[in-house]
Amino acid sequence: MSYEMIGIIVLWLFLYGYLIVASVDFGAGFYAFYAKLTNKDHIINQLISRYLSPVWEVTNVFFVFFFVGLVGFFPDTAYYYGQTLLIPGSIAIVLLAVRGSFYAFENYGSKKSNLYMFLYGATGLLIPASLSTAMTISEGGFIQETGEGVVLLTRELITSPYSWSVVFLAIVSVLYISSAFLSFYANRANDRKALELVRKYALFWSFPTIIASLTTFIALSQHNIEHYQNMIDLWWMFGLSLAFFSAAMWFIYRGIYYGCAFICVMLQFFFAFFGYGAGHLPYLLYPYVTVEQGATHEAMGLALVIAFILGLLLLIPSLYMLMRMFLFDADYVKGKK
Amino acid sequence: MFADSVAMSRALTSMTLGFHIIFATIGVGVPLMVSIAEFIGIKKGDAHYILLARRWTRGFVITVAIGVVTGTAIGLQLSLLWPSFMQIAGNVISLPLFMETFAFFFEAIFLGAYLYTWDRFKNPFYHWILSIPVIIGSTMSAVFITTVNAFMNAPQGFELNGRTITSIDPIAAILNPATPAKVFHVVTSAYLASAAILAAITAFNILKKRTNPYYKKALKLTMISTLVFALATAIAGDVSAKYLAEHQPEKLATYEWHFDTERGADLLLFGTLNEENEVEHAIRLPNFLSFLSFGDFNSEVTGLEEFDEELVPPLWIHYLFDGMVTLGMFALGIAMLYLISLRIRRWNEEHPLLLWLIIINGPLAMLAIEFGWILAEVGRQPWILRGYMKVAEAATTSPHVGWMFLLFLGLYIILGVIGVRVLRKLFKNNPVELELEQRFPHIAKKDDGQ
Repeated sequence: MSYEMIGIIVLWLFLYGYLIVASVDFGAGFYAFYAKLTNKDHIINQLISRYLSPVWEVTNVFFVFFFVGLVGFFPDTAYYYGQTLLIPGSIAIVLLAVRGSFYAFENYGSKKSNLYMFLYGATGLLIPASLSTAMTISEGGFIQETGEGVVLLTRELITSPYSWSVVFLAIVSVLYISSAFLSFYANRANDRKALELVRKYALFWSFPTIIASLTTFIALSQHNIEHYQNMIDLWWMFGLSLAFFSAAMWFIYRGIYYGCAFICVMLQFFFAFFGYGAGHLPYLLYPYVTVEQGATHEAMGLALVIAFILGLLLLIPSLYMLMRMFLFDADYVKGKK
Repeated sequence: MFADSVAMSRALTSMTLGFHIIFATIGVGVPLMVSIAEFIGIKKGDAHYILLARRWTRGFVITVAIGVVTGTAIGLQLSLLWPSFMQIAGNVISLPLFMETFAFFFEAIFLGAYLYTWDRFKNPFYHWILSIPVIIGSTMSAVFITTVNAFMNAPQGFELNGRTITSIDPIAAILNPATPAKVFHVVTSAYLASAAILAAITAFNILKKRTNPYYKKALKLTMISTLVFALATAIAGDVSAKYLAEHQPEKLATYEWHFDTERGADLLLFGTLNEENEVEHAIRLPNFLSFLSFGDFNSEVTGLEEFDEELVPPLWIHYLFDGMVTLGMFALGIAMLYLISLRIRRWNEEHPLLLWLIIINGPLAMLAIEFGWILAEVGRQPWILRGYMKVAEAATTSPHVGWMFLLFLGLYIILGVIGVRVLRKLFKNNPVELELEQRFPHIAKKDDGQ
């Protein structure tokens, strides 16, 4: 396999990782706020903060990894996306900054204020919405290359049904993934009341998730027929995704195997995300950047792959340790430590 | 100017870096101080030091959070504001950027573990060991990022024809001639500034008549560290000057207002320029510039006359250079004075005047860091990649940068104000004496008895 294929697969894996861990975090923020509004915060907020406290910083790193790696493996993307994403990118940074720092301020600083809860809940939905712009732009039709450089066609972006269906999909997926994870975590902590609540959320948001996936499919067929065709050729991946969705729903509905249910949710998104990504190839940005042409030079590609492998050898044991300490340590989860 | 995308890109990048560097510096230096304090605490069985480590860590987390989010901001802004530069940089110098992410990831994981496991281990050394990867991660982050900045000053490891880049050697790009001096200087000065700030906070508490032995120990630890790191920083500064003399003579010549190439060049301190660009009111140290540049009082130092006027940095950075060096020397002097007072029995190392000097030394050390970075960046003008690409060619062409500047200005004001308020509240509501009593009642009793 060529190193640029290795590169894009690795990056895609990281983006997938970010999709999962950040969704858990973003959704949890929204639920915490919602619970406060409906006076149910005593039921779930302790559970949420016990999980989030040790991992908030790790979540951010997945994202940084992705964009630093993207610029490294495919420097042309820095040029095209950098030129065009100034405004949505800056908004996303500000939202991420507000969210990250306020989280630390409140958590390590003082008591929870309502403004903080609101910001925490709102950014949880706005960040995925603004980040999804990059995905939308990658389909082409929203960027024009002129003599002076590349420009974003803002009006096309705002009026495109595809663009809005992606935003909608991003938001509902966040809520769905998060509630599925919290069900698992609540069950593990043996917290019946919290479990009842988050399980209901999971069941509720599953439906819009599937609807949004379908609308996005349809909107894509209108917007970028080539990508759509490629995805249809990979129908089995989306079939598997649907199968895992059904399995997850079955487990959660019956109230059994919450761990398996969450793994099914992860696999559901894994297949959908990789089906989408594989169909997108060879383009990183229709029609300007492809994986082959946009790739960095071989020497750098090789160096990055080596650095990546060495880095993983360092990180995997460390992450394992972190999870042993906080996620799978039953006493910690239950609040005894 | 608001509509000029190059000027606004520069302004926005300066603002982000100027704000981020405060927290990045603390992020590199404080973990080391925490680890030293905890180690002494465990070794001596002294709860005061353990508490010191705990309290520093608690404040540190707040600054880390701001450091993380502003670091993410600058990471993305590099691509958003300097897309053409990042296209080249991505090809040649992305390796250390990538490795920095690993270092940071490593740090983040262990910081999480360190924060939440104070009382979890029977053997306290296990907890202390968790601080080591945090130090390695944060310091290596600084090292990797600094190599990228070094590369911008002394690019190598590639060939550029038009916009095509060939013969890429990522390792040569990292190990460019500017790397050793810069890395050394950045790391030592970050340690210095962090120690100085922690010392300033402690001195402030002592001045407010807090008498617990906790403060005495904290002051001693932070001031000795200040001395050690100030010495290291001075050596690193000297190494940097020698690097500049050899590889970026126009930068050094601008720092020093050294116009004519000559042997036995004088070192200029302060001074002003008149309308004919002649130096007035300066203190001249004969032949010292030659000595500092090459270790020989008679060596030849290249002057600004040898360079195209368009390709040299603005002359005002001379003041920043003097300011940075003066503040560095100030830190060294204060730390020495403190240690001498500690040694001489009749002198009081907690004399209010000395405490005041230690207090102002904290913010001044951070100011020196700011000066240093402005110096490093403006001193490279007009280049973004010295000899290859100018700043003006690298910026985005988007007309909206001005608005983004305002957006981020608002963000940094909010983060700064709330960050300071949170930190103040954090320590005000939980004074040392109270925490000692809660966590280590026997020690608190002993302190009261003294």
